[in-house]
This record gives sequence, structure tokens and C-alpha cells, in this order.
Amino acid sequence: MGLFILRRFGVMLLTALCLTFVVFFLTNLYPNLEKLAKTQGNQRMSDEQVETWLGNRGYLQPTLIKYGQWLGVMPGFTKTLEDGTFQGTCVRPGLTEEDTPRYCGVLQGDWGYSTVFKDEVGKIVSVRLGNTGYLMFWVLVLMVPSALLVGVLAGMREGSALDRSLSTFSIITTATPEYVSGVIFIAIFTSSTVGLKWFKGTATSAMENPTFENFFLPVLTISLYGMGYIARMTRASMTEVMTAQYIRTARLKGVSFSNIVMKHALRNALIAPFTVIMLQFPWLLNGVVIVETLFNYKGFGWALVQAAGNNDIQLLLAISVVSVFVVLLTQLISDIGYVYLNPRIRIS
Amino acid sequence: MEPLTWTGSIAFLNPILLLALAALALSIIVWIVASIFLPEQQITVNSDGSVSSSGGLRGLIQTALHYSFLASVGLSVAYLLLGIFMGTNAGIIGAMSQQFLPVWVALIIMFASSIAFKRRLGLYGKLYDSPIGMIGFGLVMFWVFTGIFGAMDMIVTHDPLTQLSGMKNKVPGTPLPNLEDGQYAWYLLGGDNLARDVFSRMVKGAWIVVQIAPLATMFAFMVGITLGLPAGYYGGRLDTFLSFLANLILAFPVILLFYLLVTPEIVATGVPNYMAAVLFVFPILFLAVLLNSRFYTRPKFRTPLLVAVLGITVWLYLSLISTGGYVINTDDYRIWGLPTYLDLFDIPGGILVVFVSVVFVNSPTVFRIVRGLALDIKTRDYVAAAQTRGEGPWYIMLWEILPNARGPLIVDFCLRIGYTTILLGTLGFFGLGLPPESPDWGSTINEGRKLLSIYLHPALPPAFALLSLVLGLNLLADGLREESLKD
Repeated sequence: MGLFILRRFGVMLLTALCLTFVVFFLTNLYPNLEKLAKTQGNQRMSDEQVETWLGNRGYLQPTLIKYGQWLGVMPGFTKTLEDGTFQGTCVRPGLTEEDTPRYCGVLQGDWGYSTVFKDEVGKIVSVRLGNTGYLMFWVLVLMVPSALLVGVLAGMREGSALDRSLSTFSIITTATPEYVSGVIFIAIFTSSTVGLKWFKGTATSAMENPTFENFFLPVLTISLYGMGYIARMTRASMTEVMTAQYIRTARLKGVSFSNIVMKHALRNALIAPFTVIMLQFPWLLNGVVIVETLFNYKGFGWALVQAAGNNDIQLLLAISVVSVFVVLLTQLISDIGYVYLNPRIRIS
Repeated sequence: MEPLTWTGSIAFLNPILLLALAALALSIIVWIVASIFLPEQQITVNSDGSVSSSGGLRGLIQTALHYSFLASVGLSVAYLLLGIFMGTNAGIIGAMSQQFLPVWVALIIMFASSIAFKRRLGLYGKLYDSPIGMIGFGLVMFWVFTGIFGAMDMIVTHDPLTQLSGMKNKVPGTPLPNLEDGQYAWYLLGGDNLARDVFSRMVKGAWIVVQIAPLATMFAFMVGITLGLPAGYYGGRLDTFLSFLANLILAFPVILLFYLLVTPEIVATGVPNYMAAVLFVFPILFLAVLLNSRFYTRPKFRTPLLVAVLGITVWLYLSLISTGGYVINTDDYRIWGLPTYLDLFDIPGGILVVFVSVVFVNSPTVFRIVRGLALDIKTRDYVAAAQTRGEGPWYIMLWEILPNARGPLIVDFCLRIGYTTILLGTLGFFGLGLPPESPDWGSTINEGRKLLSIYLHPALPPAFALLSLVLGLNLLADGLREESLKD
């Protein structure tokens, strides 16, 4: 088991390295750098001015060297301009030339400096992740129990009225992407035309003061899309378990139906959904980006959109590292959890 | 001109429909509650040989459900039927129903002919045995026909890009202020923020989805199958390498990938053209290997067939990847492609990048599915028989394993078209790729959401259109799964 986890961590690191390099390569293509120079400097810069702007900040070095600098295995770029100002990738406002470290990369714990938010990337990402973590927590609290409940209720009597109604419900939710359900919810519950006005159409105020009124709609929007899928998986695994031999035996023995469901079927039926829930995280990440944009909740997804829209290279890299680790860690947890839940599987 | 109401002169039907719907909702709730608490219907044989059934209440509830459902459906159809004949007299719904007339005709012809010959149509014919599959297929084909006829300018009432003065944010059914000859007199679903017709934009948006989604999914399947079969069949290093690549792409959050790939700056560097040049090779490889592995024992037949098929596909491939005589045309350098007089069609850079990235995002998942299926099927006896017979590995993969994996693949194909539709909507929602005035559903939803608290009508029609298309595809996949499991 230890070796297995170790190997998985190795693969994870390799994946993260490859992915960050891809992100690095794409964001450092010349047209993207030109856009960065024009948004940071001046929209009406001439081509030569763009070159010098980029050259002074070390953007025109070979990609591999820049990548090494970002990782922290190469010394950071420094240059003293003609007017005597000292510039470089490691230079931060408030630090003198002597205090500036030679290496400043991920290995040194320095995630870089965001060109959009004018702040340390590490700080931005942790603040935004906190906001999103809070959102995700409530999404999971709403989504997982209700999805499991829907799936178990639908699967315990296949073909019954309850099964058909709940299955229809879960098919509809899987067919409704967040930007559709979000728009419909906003239209019904917040607009002055319909007049219900039960909730607020933005979640901006939820960052300081989350209440049911301003926070429920984003949570509901994300959970619904993921819920249908988990519910269908739970239903499939529940129906499979309910036709198993030992359930028939228990029934013939005279165990009551509720006891069969609660004590005999449930544990075996919940193995498959556990994996599905864990593998659902990457999808939730997508939902988070859409919903945070739709409801203007300034979390991780919102930061991604801002960073990508403005070609903020170092922030984008940090965001991709975080999301890659979220995805791979959940995969690892799902594998390990699967083994613990299902003793028939052993990892050699 | 008078503004139109929703139902016009057939408004007398509204209370009846409401009544029927209320009865339907009530009976569904009672049905669910009853299924939990009432005992199941049991037929007992009495000693004198007669049978008696218990649980009459259940039967009663089911009858109520049945009739209220029929009444609701019948009334809804009545709205549409009356609308076809009465047009704008039957309000907005009637007028829309009349506009959709070609779609109704096409749907009826398709369903009638398919049901008549359903025993001779294989899996497609069996679809008509499952009500869920039929509903799903109906929804999908509704939007497919809408897209096709909409592209032929048959359904739309106005040009989707024309802005008419005085129609900004007007509610559904508003008449045009200064009507010209030959113009449709109303904005059926109102005007959007730029005074364009919401109804026509929704119809035109269907064409964009119908064009891109199935084709992109098909390419993703070709890539996934061509790589997944050998990965599953051979295993070993090849499998490790390809699986690592697939997991690499899957670990990327889709939206981050879209934000990195689908920008005008990336289009300017020619990266999408390189990706297109690589990804679109796979269908040619697939076809070539498919035909060669089957017919290589008959070179007299194989050679002309391969020459013809490859000639056509390579030509299509070259016309696809080259635009205006170049494969890649950036400021710094160019790579020559097919000359313009041989170039069959040009794809604008914006569309190409959308297409390529959607294929790119979808193919690793297909790869994993195909790989899993191949791993499972390669242990079967008929594969061992083929190996003993001395068949080549590609023959076994493409003519023994692939046909036996078709059931799950067809089901996944339907689901994946739905997912691709959602992805296209996501791209539009973030304003990536397609031009901002494009009538595709995602962009329209994105534009409409900004004024959502005051005006609902610009955002909701495309939202419901997308919802119903994806729902239709999901139901279709469910029906297909059910029917293919019966074999």
C-alpha cells in the first residue's frame, strides 16, 4: 500500500510538472505576451516598445529558462535599467536590491507576483481558495446526502412509481448545465418580473456575510448538476445489490424491508457512489467557475477567469497547480477508499 | 398591429389546460405516496377457481394518472394544431407552431416511416419500442430539423443579426413599429438588448450546435478508438504512455484549457492549426487500417478501394486544415497547403479552434472507455479463435473487438453529443471562440443574463432550448441502453 501511494505521488508530480509546462508554454506565446504588455503598460505601444517592455522584465528569455526560474531551479531574472531602477522576477515592492533573493520559485515557496491583482500570488490563491472552499463545503453538504437519498430510494424498488419519478428528476438535473439552471433560478426567484424575490441574484455579499438568502442559489445551482449523476450511479448500484442472492435470502428469512435496505443493502450499494463522488470533484471545479462568474462570487473560479482573461501568467500557473492537485488527490483518495470499502480488491 | 398575447383567441383552452395539469400533478403525488404506503396489487386464487385482485385503490390512482396525462398531452397538442391553422390568431404559441410547420411535417414523416418499418431497422428500429427513447429521439430530431430548416431560412421570422429600431428589450409578441413589405409583423419572443429577434436567434443557434456537436463528437470517437484499441489490446508500455497522456488532459480543468486555447492570441500563433493537422489524421488512419485489415487478402479489390477512399479523405483533410492556400498563416512564417482552387471549404479560425478544443477535451474520455472495453473483450473466446486462425492484430481489434463493443459506445456517443453541446454553451457563456454577435445559445444566454432581473425573455428561450436538446440526448441514450441490453 505504501509503495502504491508513493508511486501515485510520483505520477502526480510528473503530471503537475507536465501540465504546468503546457500552461507555461501557452501563456508565454508571443501574442499572449504582447497582450500582457499592452494591458500592463499602454494600449498604444508600438512593436519596439512592446519588445523593450518585455525584454526589461525578462519575458523574452527562452521558455525553458523562464520555466526553471518559476520552478526555482534557475536564478531569477534581474536587470538594472538605464535610469538606475532595478528590475527582475524576484523584485517585490518594498524590497531593496540587496534583500532581493537570487532564487524565487515554487521550490522556495514563492508563487510569484500577480500582474492583475498587484499582489503575491500565494496570498491571492489562499484567500480565493478559502471562499471557494466555503462554497464547496455547502455544496457537498447539500449534494451528497440528497443524491444518495434519491439514488437509494429510487433503487430499492426498481420500476416503482417512486423510482420512475426520481429517475426522471435525476435525468433532468444531469441535462441542465449550471449556466442554464442558474439563469432559470435567477429568473424565477430573484427577478422583479416574476416577483417572487425570495433570494438575491448575486452572492457578492456572501463573501463577508453569507446568509441563506444570498448563498443558497449558487450552492443549489452547483449541487443540482452533480447530484443527478451521483443519484443515477447510486440507483444503478442499489438495484444491482437488491437483486443479489443474500438480499433474497434475508427476505425469505423474513427480515423486514426497511431492515434489508438499511442493514444489508446500503453499505454494499454505497461503494460505487463513493468513487463517483470523488471523481466528481473535477466537474465541480468547472461548476464553480461558471457559478462564481454568474453570481459574482469572488472565489477560485472567479480568479481563474480574471487571470486567464488578462494572461496573468504566474497566477494562472498557481491556479492550474492547485486544480491539478485537487483532481489527482481526489483520484488517489477514491482508489484508496475503494480498496478499504471493498475487501475483495487488493492492490499488489 | 396589436401586440400578441401568448394564446390569443384560443385563450378559452387555458383554464382547461391548467385544470388538466393540476390533476396530473396531484395524481403523480398521490401515485408516489400510494406506491409507498398501499400494499402491492395481489391476485389471489380462490378455492372455487376464480381469481380476485386486491389493491383496487392503486388501480384507480393509475387510471387517474393515465387520463390526466392524456388530457394534458392532448390539450398541449391542441394548442400546437390550432396554432398551425390559426397562426397569429392563436397567439404567440400558435404563431410559433405555425413557423415550425416544416419541422412538424418532417418529424411526422420520419416517425411514421420508421414505425412502419421498425422490424427491419435493427437497433434504430428497436428504439421505437421504448417510449423514453422515442421521446428523447423526438426532442433531438426536433432541434436537428429546426437547425436544418432554420439554416434554409424557413423557420426564422427575421434576420438574427438585424437590429430594428424601437424593438430593444421589447416583451414577447410586440409588433414592429414601422412595418415594411414582406416583414413578419411581430417579434414572437421579444427583442434582446440590441433589438434583435430572440426567436430567430434561438432557431439559428440550433444550426450551430447541430453542425458542430455531432461532428466534433465523431472526431473525438475516431481519435479515442484509434488510440484506445491498441492500448487495451497490446497493453504494456504503449498503454502506460497513452494512459498517462489521457490522464494528463483529463486532469486539466476544462475551462482553464478553453481559456488557454480558445483565444484570438492563440489562433494568431497557429497552435489550433497544428492541433487540427494532428487530430484530423486519426479518422484517415482509422479508415485505412479498417479497410486494409479486412481486405488485404484480396489485393485486387483492396488497392483500388484504398486509393479511392484515401484519395477522398486526404482531399477532405487537406481542404479542412488549409485556409486560403496555407495550412498555417501567421505573421512570422507560413506553411503551404492546398491551393485555393482545390480547396473545398474554408473554416474560419474562430470555429476551427472551438472544434479542435472540443475534440481535444472529449477524446481522452473516449480513449479510456474504448481501452476498458478492449481489455474486457480481448479475453473472450472468439478473440482467441481469431488469434488461432492467424488473423492480424488490427483485424482482431477493428473487426472482432470493436463490433462487440458497439452497444456501450453508441450509448456513450449520444451522451457525449449532449456533453459537447454543454461544452459549446460553456464556451459561448464565457464569450470564447465564437464571434460575439453569433446567435449560438451560450453567447445568447451570456448576453441575456446581464439584464435578467428586469428582462427575462432574451435569456430563457436559448436556456430552455439547450436544456431540451441535452435532455433529449440523455433520454435517447437511456432508451438505447435499455434496448441494447435486451439483446
